[in-house]
Amino acid sequence: MAKQAEKKNLESPAELEQYYRDMLFIRHFEEKCNVAYRQGKAGGYMHVYIGMEALAVGWMHSIKKAHDYVITAYRDHAHALLLGTDPVAVMAEIMGRKAGTAGGKGGSMHIYDPKNGFYGGWGIVGGHIPLGAGLAFASRYRGDDKVTLNFMGDGAANQGVVYETLNMAALYELPCIFIIENNEFAMGTRLEYHAADTELWKRGTPFGIKSERIDGMDVLQMKKDAQRIIDWVRKEGKPYLVEIMTYRYAGHGAADNDRQLYRTKEEEAENLKRDPVEKLKHILIERNIANEEKLEAIEAEILERVEKIYEEADASPHPDVDEVYDNIYTDMTPEKGH
Amino acid sequence: MASTLEMTYREALHKSMVEEMDKNADVFLMGEDIGRYEGTFKVTRGLFPKYGHRRVIDTPITEAGFAGIATGAAMAGLRPIVEFMTMSFSILALDQIINHTAKVHYMTNGEVKCPIVFRGPGGAAKQLSAQHSHSMEGWYAHVPGLKVVAPSTPADVYGMLKTAVDDDNPVILYENPGLYAMKGIVPDDPEFKIPFGKAQILREGKDLSLIGYSRMTHVNLAAAEILEKDGISCEVVDVRSLLPLDTETIYASVRKTNRAMVVYEDWRSGGFGAEIAARISEDCFDYLDAPVGRVGGLNVPMPYSRILELECIPDENDVVKAVRKLG
Ligand SMILES: Cc1ncc(C[n+]2csc(CCOP(=O)(O)OP(=O)(O)O)c2C)c(N)n1
Ligand SMILES: [Mg+2]
Repeated sequence: MAKQAEKKNLESPAELEQYYRDMLFIRHFEEKCNVAYRQGKAGGYMHVYIGMEALAVGWMHSIKKAHDYVITAYRDHAHALLLGTDPVAVMAEIMGRKAGTAGGKGGSMHIYDPKNGFYGGWGIVGGHIPLGAGLAFASRYRGDDKVTLNFMGDGAANQGVVYETLNMAALYELPCIFIIENNEFAMGTRLEYHAADTELWKRGTPFGIKSERIDGMDVLQMKKDAQRIIDWVRKEGKPYLVEIMTYRYAGHGAADNDRQLYRTKEEEAENLKRDPVEKLKHILIERNIANEEKLEAIEAEILERVEKIYEEADASPHPDVDEVYDNIYTDMTPEKGH
Repeated sequence: MASTLEMTYREALHKSMVEEMDKNADVFLMGEDIGRYEGTFKVTRGLFPKYGHRRVIDTPITEAGFAGIATGAAMAGLRPIVEFMTMSFSILALDQIINHTAKVHYMTNGEVKCPIVFRGPGGAAKQLSAQHSHSMEGWYAHVPGLKVVAPSTPADVYGMLKTAVDDDNPVILYENPGLYAMKGIVPDDPEFKIPFGKAQILREGKDLSLIGYSRMTHVNLAAAEILEKDGISCEVVDVRSLLPLDTETIYASVRKTNRAMVVYEDWRSGGFGAEIAARISEDCFDYLDAPVGRVGGLNVPMPYSRILELECIPDENDVVKAVRKLG
């Protein structure tokens, strides 16, 4: 009996392979973004998700896609890709091309795909948190069953507007999940130096919001927890707060060449042992779902796919200069000229 | 005469802060990632090890909170220098700065002073797009109770930061990311100061006055070079201080050249250059041979694409074109 129950709880091989493919795809997509940046094809501020893949994969596999709402900050490529945004459009946006999700006007930090439920892509730390609650407010108002995933960083969790929002989310009973991606750093500032109490999960509790801290480096656990929380919020129609423990392997952004100012090589090496991609790889082998050979074939396939995405994006045209006035209003253009 | 040193704008700013901190134990620094991380634009490099966390304070990402805390500390007599990682983020602190900091002296009927400096880079850097590229100086220069300066050279930022720290009023010191690496000659003199409310003529000319501040001063200098070849002699007025504004120097230049072109990076519509242009129109009307011209940033949120971004930011060619059109 017990054995059967355990078996029922086990993910199907197809499911596991999909998680693996998704995580590896994000990793290689992000690596390619770094290449684009180094080649000068991408610019500005660009923040990759390397090390944090299990987190977004777990959550995006637990929502109703193109139905639920998702919103995040500037570290946003993974969220979009997992929601089904055309990866060429994401890469093209990162390269500032016309075929990008924002026509080349947003760049890496500002990917949007509302058709797939993705509402950005925001650059002001903490600024989008009330917007996310507003999406959930619309669900409450209409009485639909949508859930909003409202992602933020550990650094963002300090902004005042986050607390205004938590209070209102509880007060109005908004179906909103506040997800703190705690990667231990806000740019060059370590968690201990920016948070008086580093247990960020507690920050929902003063408002009576159900809150907890969970691990974000094990995709299977992440998926289970995400599903449980999403189901609860959908059923109860109330907010939830989760702090998810993760780590970013890359610098804060592509322009961060000073990692040694805030962490040691030893610490980085230590954290690489928690690599979520490696972890899943072991599970796949352990459960006899794939052998090394198959895993290599999958990786080769993904690398080729990413290469194609890159090439296609890179072959696409830059915006035309007169597009600079487009989409500022729905019904007028601003006064033109210098 | 004191000796001089060649250094970048960034180094001049740094040197100035160090000297002010050494002079006065009440001067301290506060801001995001300014300590251990040495600042995103590395202006505060080395200051954390030198002064420790008591005087170089890393804050959480809470602009409203630390702007307000620094204001309170200034009300109690300390002299904070607050760095905004970029001036775009100071938008989160506008309530503190406008509703509180700027009003302290007035609302206490002169009882309490608020000697505080807010500084940081404003305007477009490179492809930082719509939320990170704001020009904020005009917003601040709109507010009675604040002083606003926007130095364009290493020497000026060196001297103006000192004046700002010494001032008993809140001062916004406006930098531009494009200036940090610029080199110039700086007096090696801890007592060197540039008074507020004094514009400077960086190039003499007789046909037209090109008026600007911060990085646009350099755009104006480049435009003057080009126009010279066309036989148009431009005088370049570097405003430096927006509030107080040295109308005397600006007007003297316009009365001499009889033509004025005001250049600013901010959105053209309602930017601070519009204020300068209005004053010239009012007070120099009889001397003008043409309407006062303006060159500003396009009235659009800053796009990411470098091609579009460059379209938005005024450059010397835009200035040259506008001057030629003025006739
Ligand atoms: C209001 C505001 N202040 C400062 C910044 C500059 N900045 C961008 S990201 C960042 C760190 C944010 O850290 P965290 O919230 O932990 O997210 P992470 O980058 O780790 O994903 C800072 C200070 C900003 N974008 N917005
Ligand atoms: Mg973080």
